[in-house]
Amino acid sequence: MTLTVPALAAPTKPKKITASERVLASGLRVVAVRRPSVPMVEVRLRIPFLSARPTHLAHSSLLSDTILTGTANADRTGLAIALQELGGDISVGLDADRLLLSASGLAARLPELLAIYADVLGAASYPADEVAGERERLLERITMARSQPGVIANEALAHRMAPGHPYGQSLPTSESVAATTAAKLRRLHADRVRPDGAVLVIVGEVAPDKALDAAEKALSGWTGSPASAKIPALPELGDLPLLIVDRPGSVQTSLRFGGEALTRSDERYPALQLANLIFGGYFSSRWVENIREDKGYTYSPRSSLDHAALGSSFSASADVATEVTAPAVLETFYELGRMASLPVTDAELESVRQYAIGTLALSTATQAGLASTLSALFGAGLDLGWLADHPARLAEVTVAQVAEVAAEFLAPTKLVGVAVGDASAIAGPLAGIVDVERAGAGADGG
Amino acid sequence: VPSKLRTAALPAPSFDLVKHKLGNGLRVVVAPDRSSPVVGIAVYYDVGFRSEPEGRTGFAHLFEHLMFQGSENLEKLEHFRYVQSSGGVFNGSTHLDYTNYFESLPSRAFERGLFLEADRMRSPRITDENMANQIAVVKEEIRVNVMNRPYGGFPWLVLPPVLYDTFPNAHNGYGGFEDLSSASVDDAAEFFNSYYAPANAVLSIAGDVDADAAMDLIESHFGGIKRRKKPVRPDFAEPPLTSERRETVTDALAPMPAIALGYRVPNPGDDLHVYLATVLLAEILSDGDASRLQRGLVQSKRLVTDVSAYLGTFGDPLEERDPTRLNITAHYSDARNTEAVLAGIDVELDRLAQNGTEPGELDRVRTKLAATIFRELDQVLNRSLEFAKFELLFGDAVLITELPKPLAQVSDADIRAAAARLTPSGRAVVELVPGAQA
Repeated sequence: MTLTVPALAAPTKPKKITASERVLASGLRVVAVRRPSVPMVEVRLRIPFLSARPTHLAHSSLLSDTILTGTANADRTGLAIALQELGGDISVGLDADRLLLSASGLAARLPELLAIYADVLGAASYPADEVAGERERLLERITMARSQPGVIANEALAHRMAPGHPYGQSLPTSESVAATTAAKLRRLHADRVRPDGAVLVIVGEVAPDKALDAAEKALSGWTGSPASAKIPALPELGDLPLLIVDRPGSVQTSLRFGGEALTRSDERYPALQLANLIFGGYFSSRWVENIREDKGYTYSPRSSLDHAALGSSFSASADVATEVTAPAVLETFYELGRMASLPVTDAELESVRQYAIGTLALSTATQAGLASTLSALFGAGLDLGWLADHPARLAEVTVAQVAEVAAEFLAPTKLVGVAVGDASAIAGPLAGIVDVERAGAGADGG
Repeated sequence: VPSKLRTAALPAPSFDLVKHKLGNGLRVVVAPDRSSPVVGIAVYYDVGFRSEPEGRTGFAHLFEHLMFQGSENLEKLEHFRYVQSSGGVFNGSTHLDYTNYFESLPSRAFERGLFLEADRMRSPRITDENMANQIAVVKEEIRVNVMNRPYGGFPWLVLPPVLYDTFPNAHNGYGGFEDLSSASVDDAAEFFNSYYAPANAVLSIAGDVDADAAMDLIESHFGGIKRRKKPVRPDFAEPPLTSERRETVTDALAPMPAIALGYRVPNPGDDLHVYLATVLLAEILSDGDASRLQRGLVQSKRLVTDVSAYLGTFGDPLEERDPTRLNITAHYSDARNTEAVLAGIDVELDRLAQNGTEPGELDRVRTKLAATIFRELDQVLNRSLEFAKFELLFGDAVLITELPKPLAQVSDADIRAAAARLTPSGRAVVELVPGAQA
């Protein structure tokens, strides 16, 4: 007896997200959304942090490790105790674009959580002994990170795509960290940890107006505009051979490919979003079905679109067994080439359309997911309208539109790539199918 | 400093749970929540890598992969495609004592999700070709997570063989390549017949469904699956250690030393109150900058780069039966400090055993733990996973939402007793020696 897979029921219209918003006198934009699912609240404070200064990565990395180690009013332990009493936690995230202070806590304790934010933002003291201890730890963590093949590969790709640019480096050099002092952190904090241009998002079991009032009350003493920073333009992607980074004895090769992409506000973006999904952006994609489910070359190949302040990018990553490195690259180029030169099927397009719409709803279905999504959107200059209208945009994408953007952005000739692995085993076979270049001695992508 | 709030007074979220058992023995938990058009579906089978036979290390995990390779009415790749083209996500994972399969879907695809799970519970389609393909995929998974990665599998693969003596508790749950390579379709059929009976599973639904309608659909999709014998779970208990065990492993890729300590802990199924004291103890030891090991070893003595104390193989304190363990791991830069790191840990444990907690310490740690649980339960999928897990392991799905109550009953004396149980003679210590130049 053969059973039939049940059809889908009628779609449910997603609930509209309503946000309350206020721009404080300091320039801080505060957005609050009520989500009473659990008695918790999520807070995201996003502060623009892009800078071209050569020391910025070291300074900002150590700043993010020490901003919670003391204020004029509380020491490190006191801050941590106060947060635990709220059922809370603050974590500090950093990338080239922004500093992100994320917190969660019991919803009823939001005013106290915001008071801790205010203390840290207005009075972080960067005690010299804490800075010294965290500097040592950061150096050790960098050593550990640089031993990870995935980190080496991601850094090498970033450098390949944006050499000499802040986007081209994700870990600071040991020398620049060693030279970072508490005074430099205090200076960076004074220059850049400023409310004008920052966005605070609050989502949870809160009354939005009360949450805005609480934010205004707690943060009214945090004032000022950031010192102006020179923002370097993103370099044009070079036409470069596949870079081989030697990792002797490696049992796998970490493959990474990257290229330019469209920003979320571009009218052709929905088509590119769907093209990426069809290529390698979800499990049922061509690339995953080929090199994992058919060939068994790899465990978790995946491609994605990433959005930074200065531009968006496409990237594809797979860690493959050393002996199948060249065949895996061949299949990758085959699938990219097929995207660029042949139309996708209606079934493929319909599948990714539903996937994109469904997972967008899933990503905003929790307090934490909604808070992070809103923080990223507002940080990119997008609004709730973009979120609400995106399913309708996805619904309208055609096969021809996917073909057009795939040819422009997913063609193998539009991408740069790196292969981190045992060069003695992979260089020969790779050179047979693509132009390759060996990384020079000491080239670590940094 | 904000005023104190007792955990007992926390506003816990409550979910209406409906439980039912089908004629074939499948246990069902449904927790409706109509606030978002999303549904979570989870199936937990009462078999993990602790139960795999000798000579078949890694089989429970390999079998989890095979459950995605097609079933009675579905070709290879169709499971993934049906979930994702419905707007959903899926996954599965293999643990010490269970294996789970789950989807998060728009509620319009609820019945489709039930069909997909029922079809593979009825009969997965396992062929030589799919077996060979997934053995290759699993080997790449092990390469990327263990063999090609510094600190890969540390400590979950290196601690058990030192802490335990019997194969079920001590062996490598990812599997040796030799065992994986020799796995056959017949092995899979036998494993399925033994362990994947409906009576050995829990189906859990959370989210945008009506309880009665959901039960009817569940009956219509799962009710027809033939009843099979529920396997008898062996007793995996081992006698307590009588003296400290030490072992050294070399990691050719690691640039810095690391250490892992594994302590036997009380049986979670025996006395939950006693076990929860150890759960809170782990939080007191390493959660956040105010915790004992962070303050003592990281901030004050600056002996280690990081330190972490947690229960169970993967850090979920309530996902394993007896025997389970408390782990303490640390990375540090100078191999000459190994004994100082151990001594530093012993000092902190001894202080807790002798002097107990500081005023307010226990309350704030359990407030934080309760808040972490609430946050976890916000996601519909997590809710279906947690309810299934608690129903499977404790026979009580709702226990997860009620944990703040028994947590509030843990006293300072309980914490002292829990710390006093963590003696050097009851632990295994594995020292990781770095083989790479820093």
